[in-house]
Amino acid sequence: MPNIFQTVPLIHFVYLSALLFCIGVVGVLIRRNAIIIFMSIELMLNSVNLLLVAFSAYRQDPPGQIFVFFIMAVAAAEVAVGLAIIIMIYRNIRTVDINELSRLKG
Amino acid sequence: MNLLISLTALGVVAMFGGILKFRSMVMPLSVLGLIGASLLGVYAWNTNQSFLNDMMRMDNYAIAFSIVCMAGTLLTILFFHFFHSENEIHYAEAVALMLFAVAGCAVMVSFTNLLMLFLGIEILSLSLYVLAGLRKKDLLSNESSLKYFLMGAFSTGFLLFGIALLYGATGSFATTQIAYQLGIAGMNGMAAMGLLLLMIGLLFKVAAVPFQFWTPDVYQGAPTIVTAFMATVGKVAAFAAFLRLFQLCFAPSKEGYQLVIGTVAAITMLAGNIMAIYQSSTKRMLAYSSIAHAGYMLIAVMTLNASSNGSILFYSVAYTLASISSFLIVMVVQQNRNNDTADDFNGLGKTNPWIAFALAVSMLSLSGIPATAGFFGKFYVFSSAVSDGFIWVVAVAVISSFISIYYYFRPVIAAYSKQTHDPVMTMPAGTQALLILLSLLTILLGILPGFIAGII
Repeated sequence: MPNIFQTVPLIHFVYLSALLFCIGVVGVLIRRNAIIIFMSIELMLNSVNLLLVAFSAYRQDPPGQIFVFFIMAVAAAEVAVGLAIIIMIYRNIRTVDINELSRLKG
Repeated sequence: MNLLISLTALGVVAMFGGILKFRSMVMPLSVLGLIGASLLGVYAWNTNQSFLNDMMRMDNYAIAFSIVCMAGTLLTILFFHFFHSENEIHYAEAVALMLFAVAGCAVMVSFTNLLMLFLGIEILSLSLYVLAGLRKKDLLSNESSLKYFLMGAFSTGFLLFGIALLYGATGSFATTQIAYQLGIAGMNGMAAMGLLLLMIGLLFKVAAVPFQFWTPDVYQGAPTIVTAFMATVGKVAAFAAFLRLFQLCFAPSKEGYQLVIGTVAAITMLAGNIMAIYQSSTKRMLAYSSIAHAGYMLIAVMTLNASSNGSILFYSVAYTLASISSFLIVMVVQQNRNNDTADDFNGLGKTNPWIAFALAVSMLSLSGIPATAGFFGKFYVFSSAVSDGFIWVVAVAVISSFISIYYYFRPVIAAYSKQTHDPVMTMPAGTQALLILLSLLTILLGILPGFIAGII
């Protein structure tokens, strides 16, 4: 166990990343701008990265940090696809407010 | 592994088919390639090999579900080829995305490490987000794509947080290690929280209540052929991964969460079937029906015994056959009558008797009437739940199956007992033959179910 965990206990990292995750979830649920929702999702993913790195350092076990690299790579791919989708919509309706997108109803 | 490599290579070839202008070769190449990859799977049967430092294992379970997904993709690509118009600019790219998606399916049904589960789900999902927005100028397709993307990425967050907590509790991503550590230490608070979040993420992906709200909009807005792909291949792979994760990691502690999954399954079946009654669009009705089918399949995940694998495999095959053919018929009707309410099916029995026959068979199979594959799918799932003592879940399932008969029969009754003055429906050559083939397979599996159910 590295020294850092004697000054900052592991559980604080868990609380911090849980808090960041919750901020992300609330952001997705209450914001209406597609870009901001997207930023909130990125916040959720990064809170996971923080948690994984903390656990990995605590256990001195590299796979946790390798997982973080994969999350970063996939998040980058997701950004590419997501921003392309948002731009496609902006070109058609000139807004990224998701309240404008309610044509599909039963 | 050869299977996975050949699928990925095939996707790249199809993509270059679009760039280098050999589009006419794309369909034959991908059909041959998918058949070849399936043969590679059959060749690896019973070998049980592990790959990538024990991160994936091609056991019979993985091979069987990969082949089901590839067969679904093959059918979708064939129908996409029949229906695409000459000015469809992204034809080769769409085929390539379908092939990449099925490569993702092959990864996610063969994982033995949570990293592979995550990568497989993402490969599948990223391809599907783009496919849902295939019609760039169509606002409905745009909306469907954005909703799918936001909800999919949101659920990935939950899945990852669950994986991270599970890693914190057990110190590993490998399923064998996780099961071993949980066996020694039992479910502590962190592991239970991780399991819960992982379950939420997967329930989002399979569209179970209360995480189903995106499904009807996404399925209705996406191009029908893509909807057929998402509702069959995507859902089958998600269920196979769900069941595999629980079999490999959490089977010993199943008493702790069976009640949760059982309740979710019961609510999903009831909500899906009741909401489906109120839909006027048949495509949207099929979207709700796919939610209800997720509920039935969750019963097999809940029971989690030796027969779960076989019953969910049979259910997947039956559901894939019936769903693809019903979405295809909806597509034919949409193209000919510009709408897909039950009234648009009027007189189909007179004008196009074979299409009406395929419609009747697939609807009977989806509602689970005997002598079709759907009946045995439900029978296997329900009987293993009853033998484990979950009578109440099966009672809800049977009641909701009776509810479903009402809306499944609406287009069939319209097709056979109402009159129309509309002309005979036209469709691309080959569509009718393939639809009849799918119906015959459904009936064949309804008469001789044994040779799929006992295979894994």
